[in-house]
Amino acid sequence: MGEFKMKKDTIILGIETSCDETAAAVVKNGTEIISNVVASQIESHKRFGGVVPEIASRHHVEQMTVVLEDAINEADVAWDEIDAIAVTEGPGLVGALLVGVNAAKALAFAKQKPLIGVHHIAGHIYANRLEKEFAFPLLALIVSGGHTELILMKEHGHYELIGQTRDDAAGEAYDKVARMLKLPYPGGPQIDRLAAKGSANIHFPRAWLEDDSFDFSFSGLKSAVINKMHNAAQRGETLEPADIAASFQESVIEVLTAKTYRAAAMYEVKQVIVAGGVAANRGLRDKLKQQFINTAIPLHFPALNLCTDNAAMIAAAGTILYEQGRRDGLDLNASAKLTLK
Amino acid sequence: MNLLAIDTSNQTMGVAVLRENQISGEIMTNIKKNHSIRLMPAVEELMREISMTPEELNKIVVAKGPGSYTGVRIGLTTAKTMAWALNIPVVGVSSLETLTYQAQFFPGYICPFFDARRGRVFAGIYQWDRNKPVPVFEEANMPMEDLLNKLVEEQKDVLFLSPDIGLHKEMIKEKLGVLAQIPEEVYHLARPSHLALAGMTRKAEETHLLEPNYLRLAEAEANWLKQKKENGQNG
Ligand SMILES: [Zn+2]
Repeated sequence: MGEFKMKKDTIILGIETSCDETAAAVVKNGTEIISNVVASQIESHKRFGGVVPEIASRHHVEQMTVVLEDAINEADVAWDEIDAIAVTEGPGLVGALLVGVNAAKALAFAKQKPLIGVHHIAGHIYANRLEKEFAFPLLALIVSGGHTELILMKEHGHYELIGQTRDDAAGEAYDKVARMLKLPYPGGPQIDRLAAKGSANIHFPRAWLEDDSFDFSFSGLKSAVINKMHNAAQRGETLEPADIAASFQESVIEVLTAKTYRAAAMYEVKQVIVAGGVAANRGLRDKLKQQFINTAIPLHFPALNLCTDNAAMIAAAGTILYEQGRRDGLDLNASAKLTLK
Repeated sequence: MNLLAIDTSNQTMGVAVLRENQISGEIMTNIKKNHSIRLMPAVEELMREISMTPEELNKIVVAKGPGSYTGVRIGLTTAKTMAWALNIPVVGVSSLETLTYQAQFFPGYICPFFDARRGRVFAGIYQWDRNKPVPVFEEANMPMEDLLNKLVEEQKDVLFLSPDIGLHKEMIKEKLGVLAQIPEEVYHLARPSHLALAGMTRKAEETHLLEPNYLRLAEAEANWLKQKKENGQNG
């Protein structure tokens, strides 16, 4: 009693439900994972060949409190020690986001904790900080099923979009090509695996766009793959699926790598990080490592379980917002389309 | 018992609090506005007005549907998460059953329903027995015409309760004639205090296992099951 308690650590509970993973995590100081629980719905969505939003929302309701309980139990923290609740408010599937947002609001009210809405992509970026401290200026390449973006960060919580896809996201192109090759869902990792067995002997276009642009475009590549397969079939030839995968993957990776490299040089960044589901792609990892190995710029990829959607990354990004004084009201809403500012 | 009741399953949004089993207050709106934005602020405002803290709650009751899928999920998620966080029981009550409280002194059949589009309704048939509604038929998602045909066979007085009464009024009168009773508008909206009463004595379910009462499979799942069945028959 009466003892002066010094509180040094910031402990944030994170929640993420933007797509098909129900996740909760506890993170200390934005850098240390105390617990990180993810309930994946992938097995359920496999039968449909992709994520069905209504099914995803239903699973989130079934899993939310279970995942929260696991995250709290694993972390072995008392509610008194938790400083705030951080939740993905967007972008993503709105019905799925709503479950996480409403769970976060219920917790914030029940436990009288501050509430912080987090942008999903900020989360992906901050997944890296759970392994390696940031050095600014920093360049982040975000590649996932919904995103292909180059973001420049001059300081914590400050995001400058320098390039983005004008049509399909890289992960989307992977899924579509995987479907053409009749590979099971999710297609991205399947193409990566198949590509390793083939050779990139089929020429597919590279969309460089304007000389000074850091934007991306993958819809032309997707059409080129369709045409190539179609023409070959008409001539009675069969293309080796592994070669198609390798050639397609090479085209995607070459553009991603070259633009990332050029942006890193132009903005004289001190660190390059890669984030999002496609950051788990081995072909992309190898090529980027090759490109940056002889430079002074450190390149960082998160561990595989931090590349895909998780709540530790949301808690990590939420920690910065918490420290910067951001507080959201209980009228926080989910937002399918949310820009990163 | 201090109890919080939440209903976001349909257009009406309702929040009620009982203190020592007495109704302390309720907030109800019947407007087309986002339940996700307005629910927690309504709970906070009501609890502040009656000077009750979240830790003082002993139980949560939630309308578990049928209704809008999204609306039902907002209510369920909020109720389950609060119950889990406060370590108190949570009870789900059918949104149709809650409506029957508006007609507890009516001796005949009570038919609460919600429009489910394309001529279908989520509906139940209840009858009040002293102090509780008893289901006569199991709640179902069915064509309104089928429901009315069934009621014609029964030849009993039926009181209809629905926020969507306007959409089906003509057909009801046409099929059932004098057997159909349709009260004034105010009776067609579910009240959160009725939800609180319905859940007060009901045994709680395991919080993690409480699920929405959708009364309908997701479209993708229904198609998948159909496909599976067809493939099974062909092969
Ligand atoms: Zn993601």
